[in-house]
Formats: sequence, C-alpha cells, structure tokens
Amino acid sequence: MTTLADAGLFTYVLGLADDALVSAQRMGWWISRAPQLEEDVALANIGLDQLGQARTLLAYAGQVEGAGRSEDDLAYLRDEREFRNVWLVERAQTDFGVAMARLLVFSAWQRELYAALASSSDATLAGVAGKAVKEVAYHLDHASHWVVRLGDGTEESHARMQAALDAEWPYVAELFEPVDAALVAEGVAVDPVALKPAVLTVVEEVVAEATLTVPQVAPAVGGGRRGLHTEEMGYLLAEMQHLARSHPGAAW
Amino acid sequence: MREWPLWEVFVRSRRGLSHVHVGSLHAPDAEMALRNARDLYTRRQEGVSLWVVPAAEIVASTPDQGAAFFDPADDKVYRHPTFYDVPEGVEHL
Repeated sequence: MTTLADAGLFTYVLGLADDALVSAQRMGWWISRAPQLEEDVALANIGLDQLGQARTLLAYAGQVEGAGRSEDDLAYLRDEREFRNVWLVERAQTDFGVAMARLLVFSAWQRELYAALASSSDATLAGVAGKAVKEVAYHLDHASHWVVRLGDGTEESHARMQAALDAEWPYVAELFEPVDAALVAEGVAVDPVALKPAVLTVVEEVVAEATLTVPQVAPAVGGGRRGLHTEEMGYLLAEMQHLARSHPGAAW
Repeated sequence: MREWPLWEVFVRSRRGLSHVHVGSLHAPDAEMALRNARDLYTRRQEGVSLWVVPAAEIVASTPDQGAAFFDPADDKVYRHPTFYDVPEGVEHL
C-alpha cells in the first residue's frame, strides 16, 4: 500500500529522474552531429552519465511507488502528463551554443543539488547523489570551457553564445521551485530554493569570464513538476518511447 | 571549417608505470585536448594520469634514417647485460 508520504517521495524522485532522463535524450541527439568526433564522444559520455542517474532514480521511484513498475515501465510507458521534468531540459537543443548554455545551467544546478542530497536521510538518494556529484562536476567543467571559448571567441561566436544564454535563461527559475515541505523537513529532499545563490554564483562567474551578460528576462511559466509540458516534449517522447511501445517486451 | 590541431595522447595506467602513447585526437587547445583525451582514452578506467602533446611539437626519426640510426646496434651483443654471473640467492638485481 502506498502511503501519502510515499506518494510525496515518489513524485520527488520522479522529478529528479525525469530531469536526468530527458536531458540524456536531448544529449543523445548530438551523437554524429557535434563539431568534431571528439565532441560527439564527450556529449555521449555526458548523456550516458545522466541516463545512468535516471535509471537508478527511476528504479527507486518504482520501488517507492510499490505498484510493480520497473525503470523501463516508467521511462517508456508513461504519457506526457505523468513526466515531472523541468522545461529547461525538454526543449530541442539543435544549436551547439544552446546545448552548452543549457548544460552549464543544468549541471551547475545538479552539482549543488547532488552535493546536498549526498547527506540526505534517505540512504538510496544519498548513495545515488554521492556517485553522481562527480559525474556532473565534469559536465559543468565541459560546459564551462565551451561557454568561455565561444563567448570570448570571435564576434560571431560571442553573439551566438549570448543568444543561446538569452534563450535558456527564462527556464532557470523553474529549477528553484519549492518541493514537498515535509520531505525537506525530514531531511530526505533538498530545498531547491536554498540552492539558488550557489548555483547562480557558479553560472554567473562563467558568464562573466566568457565576456557575456547575464540575461535580464522574465521567467517562463513552467509547470513541468506538475506534469505540464511544452509542445516539444511530445515529439521527444514519441522518439524515445516509439520502439518500446511498438514492440512491448522487446529485448536484445 | 578550419581544422583543429592534432594532439598525441599518453596515458599512465597505474602509479609507478610510465605514460604510454595511446593515440591522437583533435582539439582547439590544450585544455580541451586534455578533456577530449579523458573522454576518448580513459572511459574504461585505463588511466590515472594523462599527457597531451601537440603532434606538431614531436620530433620523430624518419624511415630513411633507419639504416644509420638503428642497424649499427645489430651486432653489438655485448651491450646486453647477459655476460655476468649472477650470484645465487640474489633476488633483486
């Protein structure tokens, strides 16, 4: 039987899992499309790190829910409204500058989140976070280097990097939306609001080094944590889930 | 698009061993070369330390120098330390 407390934990874990899963799917798009083979591999590695985080978290979510759903059931057989990821990660990222701007924000947020979550009172979350924090520290390093090189590069790369940052910035605020207060009080969940100063400091330092400007834009509406998504989410799910849904139970 | 320069990659697999050449890659500069090397050559725990060197900075012997460079060593067997009697019981020489 699922208690109310379990339902809160299920939703919280699902949010973290879906952020990682959807970001991994977007990262996978870059394989064979990056500027060089070396960058293909780097982005594939990053996507696979995120996928690994998503798998462990989804498996745990299924366990918490207690309805017998596996990580694959949760990844492939849920509909759009059941996904709990933020809008930052779900929109298409077919511009390299956008991909790096987004990875900068996302990995800076994930690093602070996982660093704090590593001392969660929930042993599974603490374990996942303790392992993942090293992975996302590298993602942040990779994104930072590219943002600095493109921002402080040629006139064209500077303009395009600034445009990419401007495009991603409205979606930053959603990362810091409050979560279940009871879970925070129990020391299970990390309060996203508390992460904001540290995350923004990291990102803004990179932006300054890249000779770019922190965008002054209104936040997007958001709603991913409540299952409300952008139009692009449907296309992403169609591609990600197509095989598993067309051939139920298919295996290698 | 302008090609990124080529870098040679050396990996030290364990503490105490030398760095060994493992391959090459393209990168816009040294820092990115090091990161690309990490992603391409140490993804299966192959190493604990990495060197990247601009391929253009490596001075190499050429095949047509082979005769003068290497052949004269052919008949100098006395250069191999095989003419000593090792006393019994010596484990580390």
